[in-house]
Amino acid sequence: MEEPLLSVRGLTKHFKPAGFSRGAVVRALEDVSFDVPRGKVVGLVGESGSGKTTIGRSVLRLVEPTSGEVRFNGIDLTKLSAAEMRRQRKSMQYIFQDPFASLSPRMTIGQILTEGLEIQRVGTRQERTQRAKAALEAVDLPADAFERYAHEFSGGQRQRIGIARSLALEPQLIVADEPASALDVSIQAQIVNLLRDLQIRLGLTMLFISHDLAVVEYICDTVIVLYLGRIMELAPSEQLYADPRHPYTRALLSAIPNPDPTKCRTRQILKGDIPSPANPPSGCVFRTRCPYAVERCAGVVPPLEEVSPGHFKACIRHEVSG
Amino acid sequence: MSAPAAIPASRRGPIARALGRFVTNRMALLGLTVFIVILMAILSYPLWWAYTPNQIDLRALNKGPSASHWFGTDGVGRDVFARLMQGGRISLLVAVTSVAVSLVIGFLVGAVSSFSGRVVDGAIMRLVDLAMTLPPVILLLVLASIVGTGIVPTIAVISLLSWPVLSRMVRARLLELRERDFVVAARGMGAGMGHLLFRHGLPNCIDILVVYATLQIANAILLEAGLSFLGLGIAPPEASWGNMLNAARSTSVLEQYVWQWMFPGGALVTTVLAINFVGDGLRDAFDPRSDLQ
Repeated sequence: MEEPLLSVRGLTKHFKPAGFSRGAVVRALEDVSFDVPRGKVVGLVGESGSGKTTIGRSVLRLVEPTSGEVRFNGIDLTKLSAAEMRRQRKSMQYIFQDPFASLSPRMTIGQILTEGLEIQRVGTRQERTQRAKAALEAVDLPADAFERYAHEFSGGQRQRIGIARSLALEPQLIVADEPASALDVSIQAQIVNLLRDLQIRLGLTMLFISHDLAVVEYICDTVIVLYLGRIMELAPSEQLYADPRHPYTRALLSAIPNPDPTKCRTRQILKGDIPSPANPPSGCVFRTRCPYAVERCAGVVPPLEEVSPGHFKACIRHEVSG
Repeated sequence: MSAPAAIPASRRGPIARALGRFVTNRMALLGLTVFIVILMAILSYPLWWAYTPNQIDLRALNKGPSASHWFGTDGVGRDVFARLMQGGRISLLVAVTSVAVSLVIGFLVGAVSSFSGRVVDGAIMRLVDLAMTLPPVILLLVLASIVGTGIVPTIAVISLLSWPVLSRMVRARLLELRERDFVVAARGMGAGMGHLLFRHGLPNCIDILVVYATLQIANAILLEAGLSFLGLGIAPPEASWGNMLNAARSTSVLEQYVWQWMFPGGALVTTVLAINFVGDGLRDAFDPRSDLQ
């Protein structure tokens, strides 16, 4: 089998309280492992606070992971020196959730788009401008945007600029952190379609973070369901939606609104909130809200088991999850 | 319309918009005009004024204002107007240079502090706290008595005194900036410290720096005057507004030769006031909330 572009093993991130205060350590990620094959889109879904963004940022070392390996093209990024990491950054880019915060208010769009090329010392000034203009065209923005400032654009346009910025460096891997969720619903579809088109046309490999299950189903090849910083289920997208095995995934899928009013649906409502990652439950972290939890669930951390080729779940209640 | 070059407000960059707001502020414009007039006079006086600052006219001791000596003469027959102009040069030179020095120190200390780890940051900030808690006048006197009098020591003393507040403001702004998505994006593209500091840090601190510099120039003029008044700043025969006031502090001069202290005092007050108006105007112009108007 071909080596995956990105391979994450045992990624763990604990946030320690600042200064001398003795607050509890926040366990944002606990032993997360997955692969992102070349040219594929892997989706990360989960509630707020489930560690989606922390994974995205740890993978690019925008947040330093506490332990674990992040292999990119076979190189373990966590072991690289700052200078070596800077060179690798050319091949991996991040798309931010909030298009109003991710563009500098003091730079023109042209400066924003050429910034990465300048940092990585790619080509001459003219070549950089050319590449930035090509990126602008790829996201369907007019060329006269080049001289303007970010505040002159709408949210959807700004997000296109953000996408163009990450494309300008021609990266191999793009981490898209909820690229559509800060936008209007009508614009969301445009941005998601744009990403989908670009992904297919440029053969991009993408880690797509979202809490919108419908979008994830549409754009992703593989989906990872996260809960409290742990992987609950990992499966090819059609399989996950057709045959969810983990009780948490089932609850999530039953919560997707269905536009067909004639269709009867049984919604499975989870009680309570996601527990605090500073004090996670013992054993299976989902047991406090799981309708099938039994005593055994508190004792063992459920391992990620393969239930069918490429489909993994972390649940010991095989009799209910199948 | 009469201005074909006018660009719609939304097409301009943030600095251009701030300046656009500045020119609608009347008090600030008045301050700027007064300051420019004073500056021009100070810089060009040798071209159009007959006397030099240290030229002694023994036939005119302690003479009041007249056609030949507009602002009168002092106790040894030197022309007060010429000394006032020369004093303005020295006062402004000291103020501008010391503010420039403290801007550089303040920005760099703030930058180092915000980008380094907890220990270094903590150590630097405690040092800054210490520097801010020391009574400024006493510190000033101690420093001045160590380094002595003259232009360079005075500049050194004033710059050493005024950077801590700025470094705190710069640090606070940079700490906030560090977490902003566009800075994270630059890091994600592989930006090093230099790029982050000068492409993102400095442009986003420009409002703090400009406002601080203007208000601090007024402050530095006063500090210089204070030091010179106490005999620790600019030493005679070199003129400065402070030592002109110092020379005129005896009771007899205060009562009988009003022009010897009134003009330097007036020049000091007018200049400081004008610069303060400009500083206030700039502060309002850079306030992001004023965008809403």
